[in-house]
Amino acid sequence: MIGAMLGEAWLAMGTNRLRTFLTMLGMMIGVGAVILILAIGKGAQFMVDQSIAAMGSNLFIVMSGSTTSGGLRMGLGATPTLTIADGQAISELPGIVAVAPNAPGTAQLVYGPNNWSTQVMGTTPSFLEVRDWQLSAGYPFSDSDVRSATRVALLGQTVVKNLFGDEDPVGKTIRIKNNPYHVVGVLAPKGQSLDGRDQDDTVVVPVTTAQRKLFGTQFQGTVRLIMVQASSPQAMPAAERSITELLRQRHRLQEKAESDFMVRNLTALANTAAETARVMSFMLGAIASISLLVGGIGIMNIMLVSVTERTREIGIRLAIGARQRDILLQFLLESIMISIAGCVVGVALGIGGALLMNRLADTAVLITLSSVLLAFMVATAVGVFFGFYPARKAARMEPIEALRYQ
Amino acid sequence: MDKEPIIQTIGLGKDYLTAAGPVPALQEISLSIYPGEFVAIMGPSGSGKSTFMNLLGCLDIPSAGEYYLNGTSVRTLDRNQLARLRNDAIGFVFQGFNLLPRINLLANVALPLIYAGVSKAEREERAQQMLDKVGLGKYGLSLPGRISGGQQQRVAIARALVNRPRLILADEPTGNLDTRTSQEIMNLFTQMNREQGITVILVTHEPDIAAYAMRLVRFVDGHLAYDGAVGNDTQGARP
Repeated sequence: MIGAMLGEAWLAMGTNRLRTFLTMLGMMIGVGAVILILAIGKGAQFMVDQSIAAMGSNLFIVMSGSTTSGGLRMGLGATPTLTIADGQAISELPGIVAVAPNAPGTAQLVYGPNNWSTQVMGTTPSFLEVRDWQLSAGYPFSDSDVRSATRVALLGQTVVKNLFGDEDPVGKTIRIKNNPYHVVGVLAPKGQSLDGRDQDDTVVVPVTTAQRKLFGTQFQGTVRLIMVQASSPQAMPAAERSITELLRQRHRLQEKAESDFMVRNLTALANTAAETARVMSFMLGAIASISLLVGGIGIMNIMLVSVTERTREIGIRLAIGARQRDILLQFLLESIMISIAGCVVGVALGIGGALLMNRLADTAVLITLSSVLLAFMVATAVGVFFGFYPARKAARMEPIEALRYQ
Repeated sequence: MDKEPIIQTIGLGKDYLTAAGPVPALQEISLSIYPGEFVAIMGPSGSGKSTFMNLLGCLDIPSAGEYYLNGTSVRTLDRNQLARLRNDAIGFVFQGFNLLPRINLLANVALPLIYAGVSKAEREERAQQMLDKVGLGKYGLSLPGRISGGQQQRVAIARALVNRPRLILADEPTGNLDTRTSQEIMNLFTQMNREQGITVILVTHEPDIAAYAMRLVRFVDGHLAYDGAVGNDTQGARP
């Protein structure tokens, strides 16, 4: 019975093709817009998520803080106050998984005829763990390299590209500030950070090597910052308090003295960015769904016209034994079919638009199966919702009056 | 006649509501029609004969009196039960044929079977049989607009018979047809009445058409004016 009714609904749609098309147009535009905007939103979210994953999860950064000397307040990190020993002490706190002190600086690298200026980061092997950073070749340096301040280096992808080209850098020797360093490994690509910095443009060396042999004058036994990874997002607030407490104790700060360090919760910042992306795509989606609503009203309008036009047909059907629900179902199926047909074209338009954007603009546009399914569900719901009133009007006709209608 | 009547009306009446108040279209109609009868209903325009047919066909609801179809009081039935009666107890043939223009003849004939819940294969088979029976078996895939009025009426008769009702109600079935075609249509009615014992009630203006029936009922101004054999009607005799 449903099969026969679907066939008739199809015929009814084909009877007035232009009108059916114009009715569908509303749905097409609405669904297309929703699909496209969901795709843009998902793309943005995907990029943010990737940046967060690249950064490492549950991350604090403890910065060397501002100090005041003679009324002159220095900026963050200007006067290094943190030491490797501070890092070790933090790593023994509960809820802390890994700690990586960080002594960065800029240096000129040379390999053969090529040279490249980049950020050189002195740290410990646990840096890779904290940042969730894999090696694409070679091995990381070890704690014993840190103890004896050996000249070993891990190169980021951008550095490899600029110094080595296609050559395999592992086992080679580069010169940093004119001293030879043995390349033991290559970092896997990380891409851009949330602020757009190229994270692959970096060299990692043991922190002691950086302190004593590279930036000796700048960091006399100190580090600029310490990266701290907590065991879980829930553990972060408590960890932040205990880090602050511990460092104030270790730095012998008095009750009212300003802290000479600063604890920053990076994950919270990243989550805010992700949340912003989510809210934005939600709001845009809400605006796009208004056009779905308008499309639905268009369907209702045309169905009302159609019911009036086909009053006599309804009368004939009632006379030969159609029940109210048969008529209701028939007109509902028609509006659902128009709505779904519009949706199919709309999905195609949305996907086409998204692919075009991927091509033309350099933004990630991500179409998910769930957004397509959602569009179909909404289209069906629109068909039912806006088709119901006209269908009920048809079903409630009195047979004799419908038959007499001219 | 020792059988139970297929149709029995007792004091049946119908008022139409107008701005000036209710206007009676039909008053105090009491008659019984038995299975296998062929009844012609005549009367001038506005005499209430079409109103009476609509009441018999459960398309309209009486304002007064009782109508028993197969012994059941129609007053006690709800809309769905009435739809069911129209589907399997009654076959309708209209003056204007009333085929659905968008679907082909086969689908038109099969339409009542859809509402009866018959399977697709059986629907098509039975519709084809009915089309064969009215001599249009070859035109099943044509649309109604492509065939003549007489042919359309034969399709309408096939549709009326497809769900094997025991009662056919025909409201001026030859009103739009020429004499020769009218005869063909009337032969179809006579045939189904004689061979299958289907009760036929038809409304007509024309004495020639009424002559096919065995019994004549005449309405004048909403009242029953004559009920008897076709030949004995004096009021309706032409001058």
